[in-house]
Amino acid sequence: MSNEMGSQGMALRTPMLNELESGPWPSFVKDLKEYSKKKPQVVQLLNQLEDSYENKWNYWLGKIINVPGYGGGVIARVSEKADQYPLLANFHTVRIIEPPGWVYNTEALRDLADAAEQHGAGILQFHGMSGDILLLGFDDAGSMSVAEDLMGSGWDIGGSGAAMRTLQCCVGQARCEMACYDTMKATKFITDSFIEFLHRPEFVYKFKFKLSGCGNDCSNSIVRSDMPIIGTWRGPMQIDQEKVAEFIDAKGLEYLIDNVITRCPTRCISVKGKTLKVEDEECVHCMHCINVMHKALKPGKDRGVTILVGGHRTLKIGDTMSSVLVPFMKLETDEDLENLKEFIERVWEFWNDNGMDHERIGEFIHRVGMATFLDGVGLEADARMIARPRTSPYIKFEELAPSRFGGETTHKPQVWNREPEGAETAD
Amino acid sequence: MSNNAMAPRDQGAPDYTKYLHPLMAKNYGQWDYHERVRPGVLVHVAESGDKLFTVRAGSPRTMSADTVRKVCDVADKFCQGFVRFTTRSNIEFLLGDESKLDALIQEVEQGLGWPVGGTGPSVSNISHTQGWLHCNLPGSDAAGSVKALMDDLIEEFKTESFPNRVHISSSCCQINCASHGDISVIVQHHHVPRINHDNMQICELPKVVAICPAAAIRPAVVNGKESVQIVQEKCMYCGACHGQCPSMEIRDAQTDTLSIWVGGKMSNARSAPTFMKLAVWGLPNNPPRWPEVSDAIKRILKAYKEGGKDWERLGEWIERIGWQRFFEKTGFPFTKYHIDDSPEALSNLNRSAMVRL
Repeated sequence: MSNEMGSQGMALRTPMLNELESGPWPSFVKDLKEYSKKKPQVVQLLNQLEDSYENKWNYWLGKIINVPGYGGGVIARVSEKADQYPLLANFHTVRIIEPPGWVYNTEALRDLADAAEQHGAGILQFHGMSGDILLLGFDDAGSMSVAEDLMGSGWDIGGSGAAMRTLQCCVGQARCEMACYDTMKATKFITDSFIEFLHRPEFVYKFKFKLSGCGNDCSNSIVRSDMPIIGTWRGPMQIDQEKVAEFIDAKGLEYLIDNVITRCPTRCISVKGKTLKVEDEECVHCMHCINVMHKALKPGKDRGVTILVGGHRTLKIGDTMSSVLVPFMKLETDEDLENLKEFIERVWEFWNDNGMDHERIGEFIHRVGMATFLDGVGLEADARMIARPRTSPYIKFEELAPSRFGGETTHKPQVWNREPEGAETAD
Repeated sequence: MSNNAMAPRDQGAPDYTKYLHPLMAKNYGQWDYHERVRPGVLVHVAESGDKLFTVRAGSPRTMSADTVRKVCDVADKFCQGFVRFTTRSNIEFLLGDESKLDALIQEVEQGLGWPVGGTGPSVSNISHTQGWLHCNLPGSDAAGSVKALMDDLIEEFKTESFPNRVHISSSCCQINCASHGDISVIVQHHHVPRINHDNMQICELPKVVAICPAAAIRPAVVNGKESVQIVQEKCMYCGACHGQCPSMEIRDAQTDTLSIWVGGKMSNARSAPTFMKLAVWGLPNNPPRWPEVSDAIKRILKAYKEGGKDWERLGEWIERIGWQRFFEKTGFPFTKYHIDDSPEALSNLNRSAMVRL
């Protein structure tokens, strides 16, 4: 057993943490104090945390260790207070890829709990902010043995470093009527298709996918991932007019007007009597009306995804929100999934060939410009990618540059040509 | 027990189909609608007519192996062994048999000690980071500050009394791993990093220079050793270099403070997603219960509950009434530091003559 050397007899000394034992919210302090009777390293962990509370100071440093064959997934921590707390000298986190949608049976949870307890401090987190299962408190040998143990029963190690990170998705079609595609299947497909990029960091920086079945974006993809994949539909929304009438009877017409009609961002819903009409070509699939009237309204039947790109938090150029890259793509058949895979490979290739060290894809697009990025990944410009066209007039039109500067000779760009006089046909 | 055999590599994501509640597997992709039966309880109705009940409870996110086993005992007794977790670290107990609903809720609340709630227009569980428990960069704790805050907001978790849902996030440094929420708490630093010139050889100096978003770090030889220097006027105390190089300490136990940000929104419903905006700065980093943070958040929630219209998220409410009114209604001072000076700054000014007088 890896962690059983050192001072067994240390007493808990946690006066400040003890103040977090009471109160109605479940207390990790109470839990870990009780559990520390089994695990001397948890006594030392709580005592060091108490020191942090007293001194408002942190005592963990990072280092790098890896499971053989892998380049990431162990978040190694060494304590600056190892002299005082020898069992914290090496006290690492092992990341495990979660089941898509975070669904479990108790056999799986017990398997994780047993492995965490057997090889380390027996502390688990459901889940890390990248979606992984986190197991805390392994020394170097314990990190290796817990990995072998869990991989032996079908689990795999999560991502870290300049790599594809563990994906996360919403519950999707497993338990939600709004999911416009199979988020769990797509999450497993992307994870498995690119597993070598998750385990062996070879990108310029990290890359996160998050998948949501609709615009409600329960996986928080649009701000928190480099490539959000969000479910949507084309064509008519499904409307059950009988249930619209029931809604109006139950809630009143005023409620419908105040909370559905006037809250539509494109004002594409109207009501006449007890019949609802949606101008489907104006709908932007925001999900609000469906959220309010989820028995009467449903996404349309021709479903797919909108793919966005570039979300990340402040470091280094400030927050970037993801923006539209592919307005619509079908994602139902195995062939659709293969198309997605091929598209991801194109995006990664251009980013990794041209991105700078530590440059997220959103920062890369900010630096080179979206138009250059589209050229690089082989996509045509599409007005649905922008909120509004540019306002700056300083533009290098390739078609209009004089030939001596490498431009075309024609001076007749094909962007727009006036119709010849009299060309309009009167019927 | 150490296992020296090489287990298979690159197995990928677990096979989720093994972990689906039988009613999920049976009705996969064929759900009709859902309702909130009461705070913390959902029922999803399938086209087949099957009903799947979900009892949502707040988890502490960090738990011992024994606590995981207690959760399993509840799931085995009521849920045929099937549970799931949410983006905000809630747990969901999945129940096919409606007659066991009250008993399950009682077991979760009394037996396990986890509150049932977090559905609909409530304050849900707080997305949070590692903090002093296990991160190498934190300026504060995360699990502890979340516990303290949720103790104070427990009634808002267990009832559904806001105009719309409230997502709170709590991050222990400015990198903000817990990301944007309707309300977000982060740590802020107030002076340039302190460089340990004698220990800079552990860092890759070109990377340290390159990572600075303000181009404030330059190579330098100090006391005959290769190191860096910082242009004080350019440095914005972000701590990017500290993440790259532990010898550039950005944290300061005496001067670090907390700030509260509002109006982040991930969903596309009604309005486009938005980033969080600064509301309150300069709050003390005050373990073990951070009462100043709790008071400020309660003040924001009270104003939102009173002023927001149905379905408006916190940021949408503020955009409607205007930021001037937000500061009036909450009583927080509006200061020059609330005015953006980032590259996006000009687009965050009031570029119109539309002024409430």
